Amino acid sequence: MTSTVPRVTTPGQGRVQPAGRKPLSTRLHRSPRLRLLGLLALPLTWLVGVYIFSLVMLLVTAFWRTDPFTSKVIPGFTLDNFVRLVENPAYLSTSLRTLSIALLVTLLSVMFSIPLGIFMAKVASPWLRAFLAVAITLPLWAGYLVKILAMRITFTENGFFNSALEPLGLSGPGFSYTTVVLTLTYLWFPYMALPVYTAVRQIPANLFDASADLGARSWTTIRTVVVPLLKPALIAGSIFTFSLSLGDYLAAKFVGGSTQMIGSVIASNINLNPPIAAAFSVVPIVFVLVYLFAVRKTGALDRM
Amino acid sequence: MLRLTRSAKIGLGTIVGVVLVFMYIPLSLVVLNSFNAARIATWPVTDFSVDWWVVAFTSEPIRAALLNSIVVGLGATVLALVLGTLTAFALQRYSFFGKQTVNLLIVLPIALPGIVTGVALSNTYNNILEPIGIQIGYFGMIVAHATFCMVMVFNNVLARLRRMSPNLQEASMDLGAGLWQTFKLITFPQFRTAFVAGGLLAFALSFDEVVVTIFTAPPGVDTLPLWIMNQMARPNEASVVNVVATVIILASFIPVYVSQRLSRAEEED
Repeated sequence: MTSTVPRVTTPGQGRVQPAGRKPLSTRLHRSPRLRLLGLLALPLTWLVGVYIFSLVMLLVTAFWRTDPFTSKVIPGFTLDNFVRLVENPAYLSTSLRTLSIALLVTLLSVMFSIPLGIFMAKVASPWLRAFLAVAITLPLWAGYLVKILAMRITFTENGFFNSALEPLGLSGPGFSYTTVVLTLTYLWFPYMALPVYTAVRQIPANLFDASADLGARSWTTIRTVVVPLLKPALIAGSIFTFSLSLGDYLAAKFVGGSTQMIGSVIASNINLNPPIAAAFSVVPIVFVLVYLFAVRKTGALDRM
Repeated sequence: MLRLTRSAKIGLGTIVGVVLVFMYIPLSLVVLNSFNAARIATWPVTDFSVDWWVVAFTSEPIRAALLNSIVVGLGATVLALVLGTLTAFALQRYSFFGKQTVNLLIVLPIALPGIVTGVALSNTYNNILEPIGIQIGYFGMIVAHATFCMVMVFNNVLARLRRMSPNLQEASMDLGAGLWQTFKLITFPQFRTAFVAGGLLAFALSFDEVVVTIFTAPPGVDTLPLWIMNQMARPNEASVVNVVATVIILASFIPVYVSQRLSRAEEED
């Protein structure tokens, strides 16, 4: 630094224009603590002051109750809302159904991502690989509601899927649990497929040679060499497929028929009975946090 | 190289084919139905027409919704760029108590379900700010979007900062440049592509978002996804929604093209 000597501007000296910035710059340069504070002040105020504050206020509402006659919210402290979540069989089955949907979506995404990743990285020609990479990425940008609309058109009563199955004497799932699972898989599949593909590409080729030299056939190599090495990518992808499915309710609304998910219950109660909606929104938070903490040790969070 | 038998390759290829068919048939049906003369989506399509395209391009509500989406997207992107970049610098350059927590904190808005974020913020807007006389209105939507868009900029900038050598900056400071001058001339050019990529992702995320928007949009204000959703919720959704959806599908080529260009630029860097 040229100006290691702090400048002192006395009032009588008049304004020293360009040097006006230097004292701050110098102070910042000397104090890492001040620099860190300067960097974090705004983002932390935002995240804690707006986001965490809102979450906490929502959680607080979960302990309040609604007057059944005036449907006004009354502050206080009661665990009734949480008790109702567990005791009411409809709420309990909705939680379990949502959990099963999120797990099925994750499982389906894993099952299709691994062969796709291996094909793209190890079988496809460079041209086909580039084409597939674009083909997998494109639907990611095509819009969330557009894809739900697309599935709705595909699976509707007189739609494409049923027409295609008709000659075989079959009929499709219509708007149901199955269609919700398929739609959510359709929505979140690229979040699994892309990290898995990248991970397969990064596996050093000599590992395959070693495996083959030791007598392993292709299936054995995939099972014992490739899949274990994909674990971090699978976990990173599953964070998306699992948590995005868990909180979704528009898929259930538009292609689920009468299928209810946690989000459906929160959305339908938020105006009528805010405390029960608030209590129910704790359920996906707990599911996601448990999942995040479980995978944090694997370092998968750093890849997000 | 992974040695696969012929039958294994055929098996893998078949699965890839199934995935592609599953991905693209529904989207093609949307495009096809945008030219369907019928009022609602049908199969097979018997009468073709471009009437719905004319309706879509002259519709005032669609234009207003598109404008809202762009305004909210740009506002959220600018905020996310500032907040995400600041956090990325803090976490990459310094070790401090609670670093892991800050990391978790910035991922949280996207890791938690959109409905939780939406309900929590709308609760704050309507039950806390409004009673004390603060009508956050339109700006509330931008605040909500910026909150979950931040992580996109953060991730991209952080990944780039990790690969940058601190030597250039130290050299610049040794040569007498101030903090701001060093940032402008040395540091920023090095992470510019990541900054732009993060901004693009943030805008795309905001443009596509609907669940948080449902709960934070002021009454009577539609973004494009909100407009689509309201159309879909009608018992006989008019085919015009397929036109808007088709335009969005076509527009998705733009970010794919840009991201390919950016990653190529990155390789050349």
